[in-house]
Amino acid sequence: MSASAVFILDVKGKPLISRNYKGDVAMSEIEHFMPLLMQREEEGALTPLLSHGRVHFLWIKYSNLYLVATTLKNANASLVYSFLYKTVEVFSEYFKELEEESIRDNFVIIYELLDELMDFGFPQTTDSKILQEYITQQGNKLETGKSRVPPTVTNAVSWRSEGIKYKKNEVFIDVIESVNLLVNANGSVLLSEIVGTIKLKVFLSGMPELRLGLNDRVLFELTGRSKNKSVELEDVKFHQCVRLSRFDNDRTISFIPPDGDFELMSYRLSTQVKPLIWIESVIEKFSHSRVEIMVKAKGQFKKQSVANSVEISVPVPSDADSPRFKTSVGSAKYVPEKNVVIWSIKSFPGGKEYLMRAHFGLPSVEKEEVEGRPPIGVKFEIPYFTVSGIQVRYMKIIEKSGYQALPWVRYITQSGDYQLRTS
Amino acid sequence: MTDSKYFTTTKKGEIFELKAELNSDKKEKKKEAVKKVIASMTVGKDVSALFPDVVNCMQTDNLELKKLVYLYLMNYAKSQPDMAIMAVNTFVKDCEDPNPLIRALAVRTMGCIRVDKITEYLCEPLRKCLKDEDPYVRKTAAVCVAKLHDINAQLVEDQGFLDTLKDLISDSNPMVVANAVAALSEIAESHPSSNLLDLNPQSINKLLTALNECTEWGQIFILDCLANYTPKDDREAQSICERVTPRLSHANSAVVLSAVKVLMKFMEMLSKDLDYYGTLLKKLAPPLVTLLSAEPELQYVALRNINLIVQKRPEILKHEMKVFFVKYNDPIYVKLEKLDIMIRLASQANIAQVLAELKEYATEVDVDFVRKAVRAIGRCAIKVEQSAERCVSTLLDLIQTKVNYVVQEAIVVIKDIFRKYPNKYESVIATLCENLDSLDEPEARAAMIWIVGEYAERIDNADELLESFLEGFHDESTQVQLQLLTAIVKLFLKKPTETQELVQQVLSLATQDSDNPDLRDRGYIYWRLLSTDPVAAKEVVLAEKPLISEETDLIEPTLLDELICYIGTLASVYHKPPSAFVEGGRGVVHKSLPPRTASSESTESPETAPAGAPPGEQLDVIPTQGDLLGDLLNLDLGPPVSGPPLATSSVQMGAVDLLGGGLDSLIGAPNFVAPPAATVPANLGAPMGSGLSDLFDLTSGVGTLSGSYVAPKAVWLPAMKAKGLEISGTFTRQVGSISMDLQLTNKALQVMTDFAIQFNRNSFGLAPAAPLQVHAPLSPNQTVEISLPLNTVGSVMKMEPLNNLQVAVKNNIDVFYFSTLYPLHILFVEDGKMDRQMFLATWKDIPNENEAQFQIRDCPLNAEAVSSRLQSSNIFTVAKRNVEGQDMLYQSLKLTNGIWVLAELRVQPGNPSFTDLELSLKCRAPEVSQHVYQAYETILKN
Repeated sequence: MSASAVFILDVKGKPLISRNYKGDVAMSEIEHFMPLLMQREEEGALTPLLSHGRVHFLWIKYSNLYLVATTLKNANASLVYSFLYKTVEVFSEYFKELEEESIRDNFVIIYELLDELMDFGFPQTTDSKILQEYITQQGNKLETGKSRVPPTVTNAVSWRSEGIKYKKNEVFIDVIESVNLLVNANGSVLLSEIVGTIKLKVFLSGMPELRLGLNDRVLFELTGRSKNKSVELEDVKFHQCVRLSRFDNDRTISFIPPDGDFELMSYRLSTQVKPLIWIESVIEKFSHSRVEIMVKAKGQFKKQSVANSVEISVPVPSDADSPRFKTSVGSAKYVPEKNVVIWSIKSFPGGKEYLMRAHFGLPSVEKEEVEGRPPIGVKFEIPYFTVSGIQVRYMKIIEKSGYQALPWVRYITQSGDYQLRTS
Repeated sequence: MTDSKYFTTTKKGEIFELKAELNSDKKEKKKEAVKKVIASMTVGKDVSALFPDVVNCMQTDNLELKKLVYLYLMNYAKSQPDMAIMAVNTFVKDCEDPNPLIRALAVRTMGCIRVDKITEYLCEPLRKCLKDEDPYVRKTAAVCVAKLHDINAQLVEDQGFLDTLKDLISDSNPMVVANAVAALSEIAESHPSSNLLDLNPQSINKLLTALNECTEWGQIFILDCLANYTPKDDREAQSICERVTPRLSHANSAVVLSAVKVLMKFMEMLSKDLDYYGTLLKKLAPPLVTLLSAEPELQYVALRNINLIVQKRPEILKHEMKVFFVKYNDPIYVKLEKLDIMIRLASQANIAQVLAELKEYATEVDVDFVRKAVRAIGRCAIKVEQSAERCVSTLLDLIQTKVNYVVQEAIVVIKDIFRKYPNKYESVIATLCENLDSLDEPEARAAMIWIVGEYAERIDNADELLESFLEGFHDESTQVQLQLLTAIVKLFLKKPTETQELVQQVLSLATQDSDNPDLRDRGYIYWRLLSTDPVAAKEVVLAEKPLISEETDLIEPTLLDELICYIGTLASVYHKPPSAFVEGGRGVVHKSLPPRTASSESTESPETAPAGAPPGEQLDVIPTQGDLLGDLLNLDLGPPVSGPPLATSSVQMGAVDLLGGGLDSLIGAPNFVAPPAATVPANLGAPMGSGLSDLFDLTSGVGTLSGSYVAPKAVWLPAMKAKGLEISGTFTRQVGSISMDLQLTNKALQVMTDFAIQFNRNSFGLAPAAPLQVHAPLSPNQTVEISLPLNTVGSVMKMEPLNNLQVAVKNNIDVFYFSTLYPLHILFVEDGKMDRQMFLATWKDIPNENEAQFQIRDCPLNAEAVSSRLQSSNIFTVAKRNVEGQDMLYQSLKLTNGIWVLAELRVQPGNPSFTDLELSLKCRAPEVSQHVYQAYETILKN
């Protein structure tokens, strides 16, 4: 059904740690992985799925590590990749950074985790909060008599343990919208979408029942409140705690939350919005002598709002030298290792327009290889504002002990994949 | 303090030292030693020598230590099977530990020790653990059954573990249910015949309930299991779909894809007229689009699957073109897949945008991506006719960039555009010729040479251009050589006077100086053609080429259907059936989409389909005289209908002669020297050689030499109903002509004369092509055989059944009426062989509800025999594929009225117990399918 064995390799392809789940693939097969990967890369035909003989390798790369699953069967590929990413998530939550060193430092617990995450190729418990209840880094202190499986592992509510207590019961709700934008070189918008996420930070005692109310258009239409301002969510994805069939029935978002931080839901809207920060650029390249760059940035959002930490990165040729900048606001910096100029503006009020000029020298001998035309990228954050207009109408919290809990809501809009192609 | 210190001991006497430490009395020291052993194991050192010492540490109340020892055992037990027995006691004991964590750990580890001797000891503990009070232990034990089955299947069956596992599907705990489902699916996969999962509406309901409660992974196991179920009707399919759709909102992409698989499969059973069908289509698009924001590897899997979904149901994503636009930082494998889907979605509505994007991509730096983008522009031109002009001008712009690989790629696709729209864009040839020198890839050179040859009459210096290629003839690849040979012959036929020398040169290069049999044979054929009959050569070489089809790279329909059943798996990523990459036939079940067996529609099942009407039963369809009279009395029974008598079979005979002679001379004289080419032009004006054109008839008609199957004559009109005239007959088809072979017997006492025949209007316009000629009067007890040529230009009226023919025969005594059923294969025309690409496109184009499936029972023929037998009745095999030992024949036939019928025939050769053939027919006029099926049966069984 899925993985036969899972390996973590260093950047050179040397196995750091592995776990054989099914025993049908020789563990030495992994030696073929790196040569194969390099060969395919050279051919320009590298894909996340490689095969050598009858062995298939499904791999992901995380920082300087390769996580590789092997199989002989027609495995469920999407399950394997999700599992590998989940594994990275669990390890990262255990060790803060997942890297070669942290693996070496924690090999005992990694073995324990690998044993618990998957059995015979079937993913089992992958919720790090629950795993931490019975697999801890202080493992050597645990005696057999004391360590028990938390019932949560096999419960229908497998993400929250019972008996959690807080003095002050609170929920923090972050509504974060990322704007993805793709503009072609002549300034027309090819793709504009909003990917929103609602993240919760839950400090609640007991087993609380939560209900989240949004100004969801479908819900408003169902309940006949279509006059109110609402948002049409094109596609919604929920954390496993949300009762999906309930949502499918009457659009109610009801759930028992995990404890602490988690992402409750994400949604996508493809309604075209005016690009929040608009860039006009002129990049003039005079071969063998210089490059002149002029970038104009305009804040196309409400005057009352302010975009923070704005960073506009403009591509420059890799052989450029002796940079000179002039900015009307903020500061510009040449980052040669990325071949970009980064223009940073701490605070960018709506409706304002700023200008940056840059000048680079070019060597008289041009280098041979052709360079791509990377797009201009923009990063920003606009607090207290959502582009879509989504609103949290209520968060009802009911627990059998009947405590009062306070929800806090925060809105923020930020740049997602925000690209403007250059000519 | 970290564990990394355990890796640092690299002293020489390490093993020895570890041994001492393992046997130490101090607990802490022991544990440290085990950790060092595991550390050594992790870095790949062989520490199996310490086996007994490590196993000795197994009896401990320290959980961490126990886990490490277990880990060690899993790794080395196989290499030390005898010593592994030592561990059994502790395992058995641990399976009874009061702590469920230990019980589960023991049963989990035992299953991973793949030593036969141990498995027997595992049975009792496993049996207990399967009934454990703690769900954590039960869910672990469920998986253990699958492990044990993998080691010793017989043991698992004998011990009755499979039944216990099936019971766990009804467990109160969702995680136990999920693992039981996973374990059963895994076992069932390796034993396809076991019917382990035994899915029925009750068990399906249980699974659907568990779906709402279990973890994301459990949901995937259950969805994948559901996908193997075939609902009994469309209502059940719909109700399952309704309960699966909420999963599309799950945050885990794998859950979403497994849900998509179930929906795509069950949708097949829903009627397109249902409102729900449309709702479901709409619900599928947004989650598929959202998958593109997942991690790149998951995006890749999603894109490969979307590629299949777009081919199967293009309507789902037709408005979502923009999301497939490529981003600068997409990994290359994502870029290439997006490009592929963009082309599939390209239509007149969005072509402008697509082209603008493709042009942008064509100027990027990644060579592979750029090439594919250029090729994509060509594919757009071919697919969307309205855009062809814009595509061509875009390609010309790209050629102006002079970037070598862009130019080459552009020339290759422009050649295809010429093939699709002949005589439309030749004005660009001049620009192409300018770039001749920069072409260094065989495909581009071959394409350019093809263009020069094809349009030689419009290129003033075509001879010079081709001559320049000829200089390095032997260094070219075969592709280029073949193309050059053909191009020069074309040039010669178009401009004979100036190019004799050139053609002679290339012919001698190809035939005398080449070792390549393909090249040599083609050279000889041209040479021979040119020397014997240049006019025929012209007909052959400059023949009009069939247009190339719009869609390329389409996946065969049956493969596509199979892959839809494998959404999310490796098969869907490779676009290959699992049998192509999973070892051995074992473990691979051929999957196909469920047939549309909606309760409201009635597709005839093979059982109820009547077998080919046996002779004698025709009488059943004779309508009452009264009915017939109404129609037939209006008919003029006098002179025969018009229409030229059809040609006899002399052509066929001539062809046979030619075949003999022609081949003899070709085979018998491999070293023949053709007459000097200089004499050839003199023959140019010669009249067309009939011999050769016959030869070419022959190639298309080889199969028809024996003619279509002819049923034995049956009595159509018994003597007692026709005042002593008995008529029996049958239908034949030979080389394009249909005839009705009649046998008239006079069983009366008087002489019969003045025979005439007339048909009522019928479904295919069958009508006599000549009068019924009974030369002499028919005396009593005399029998005469007559062959009555038929044509299909008569008036048409749909009959019931479709192949019913009502006939009136007149003689000096009276007018008699009878009706008969003609076998449909007499209407199968000789040019019914469809081009492969065309076949694929047509198959896809015909809606699925037009597909009808039949079974031809007890037909012990192999694929070749089937194919040749059918071909003699003008059912042509377009392609053949072998899937898991079964031969799939893809066949086409055309009826006289131009209706195409496409067929897929599944043959299982060499399997005496499976002599049934499965036939799927697709046709735009589905009412003919039943009769085509009968024709198949008649042809194959006689």
